[in-house]
Amino acid sequence: MTIKGKAYIAGAFEHPTRHAPDKSVAQLHAEVALGALADAGLTRDDVDGYFCAGDAPGPGPATMAEYLNLTKLRHVDSTELGGTSYVALAGHAAAAIALGKCDVALITLAGRPRSEGMATGTTPRLRDPNQPEAGFEFPYGLTTANGYAMCAMRHMHQYGTTSEQLAWIKVAASHHAQHNPNAMLPDVVTVADVVASPLIADPLHRLDCCVISDGGGALVIVRPEIAKSLRRPGVKIVGAGETVKHLAGGTFDLTTSGAARSGAAAFAEAGVKPTDIKYVSIYDSFTITVLIQLEDLGFCAKGAGGKFVSDGNLISGAGKLPFNTDGGGLCNNHPANRGGMTKVIEAVRQLRGEAHPAVQVKNCDLALAQGTGMQLGTRHCSSTLIMERE
Amino acid sequence: MAARPIPAPIVTVESEPFWNAARERRFVVPTCAACGKAHWYPRAMCPFCGTEKIEWRAASGAGTIYSFSVMRRAKERYAIAYVTLAEGPTMLTNIVDCDFDTLRIGQSVRAVFGETTDGPPVPLFRPA
Repeated sequence: MTIKGKAYIAGAFEHPTRHAPDKSVAQLHAEVALGALADAGLTRDDVDGYFCAGDAPGPGPATMAEYLNLTKLRHVDSTELGGTSYVALAGHAAAAIALGKCDVALITLAGRPRSEGMATGTTPRLRDPNQPEAGFEFPYGLTTANGYAMCAMRHMHQYGTTSEQLAWIKVAASHHAQHNPNAMLPDVVTVADVVASPLIADPLHRLDCCVISDGGGALVIVRPEIAKSLRRPGVKIVGAGETVKHLAGGTFDLTTSGAARSGAAAFAEAGVKPTDIKYVSIYDSFTITVLIQLEDLGFCAKGAGGKFVSDGNLISGAGKLPFNTDGGGLCNNHPANRGGMTKVIEAVRQLRGEAHPAVQVKNCDLALAQGTGMQLGTRHCSSTLIMERE
Repeated sequence: MAARPIPAPIVTVESEPFWNAARERRFVVPTCAACGKAHWYPRAMCPFCGTEKIEWRAASGAGTIYSFSVMRRAKERYAIAYVTLAEGPTMLTNIVDCDFDTLRIGQSVRAVFGETTDGPPVPLFRPA
């Protein structure tokens, strides 16, 4: 049993807003849902599968299905894997379609941390006092930023990775963002700009961190027969993988992520290898997140990521592996503090040939979207999705 | 510079033995009586063999820094770290009583208890 070729991404929509104090979270979910359905040429009455994650208000599917007035549902899935949830849910939607559980799957993401004034990365947050590890983490001031920073510090120690090498990841994202009229940070930056920006959590600088933005996005995934009846270019799902990586009772390695496992599963299902991939969307909560995932996916050897990302190798048109051509989380947006959805959306744009002409990858027939959700420095979820142009 | 106030840890029915020992200034490491392995974070069930025979053994207090980060974007700077204990597991903690600019991975550190705002003290480490 495989999902290879069993489902197509027929609709994709990214909300243009980056600051939405005048809209509710439910409303943003609904706006992106209608946007993706319109992109596919379908309507709410066609939707019989609904997928959302922890950003959906209240209990998720019930609240959002009612708000959207979805009345034909026969399959729901609210798997919560943090920011990568939507990469995984695209695979889940393909699996549900392959099993005949639904024909038209809608996946939504939205949120407004910017309007809500959330210091997302630098404030220790106690999420759930029932989490058994909470008493052994919260007192120490673990934040999103310093957790990822410890991964970077260890990677530098173990492999000689430098701040300048990490900065190249931000530089590449900024080269792409200059062509995106919706990007929060559209200015091109240099390696010197990144390393001169203030340290947030050693060794990560301000420009190593992603933006905080409002917004959202949605996907519509359908059976092949339905995809062929629509006018949009066909984007076929050919492989998916997901996993959880954690601290394993105190025996762990901070320089390896779950992408090693989720990536291997996705490549095996798709029957392709890293050198076949023309474009990658890589979750970029921080520069180090990108570097570790690229290594784990096999685009370079473990420890060689610093050299691999240097000298513009991730810049479309200039480097060997164009990444995050929308500007990514580092420059464009990070709606609801969850970057998985926009990773899939930009991959769809690339495969359709609808990316900005300045960043469109030539003959882009195979793309990969990779996400890491939650905290790379403690426990995280990883999911990988490989898509092919029909 | 003033030290960051440390919030009280959440004490659960499962972690109570650890925090009761901490109140007596005893740093204990949960160790499985069946498979002999120490683990972190402390729990009632051994994560390696699934046995619920945990002994709260006195730790030596010796460790080395596995990784760390000085939090600059904070009211009071602090160093978060993973320290690998002589007993085996690596734990999340803070490094205190140190020059933040000279911390390094591999450095030997020693456990000390640090007061929390309104709860049991938590294990911290300082340069050995």
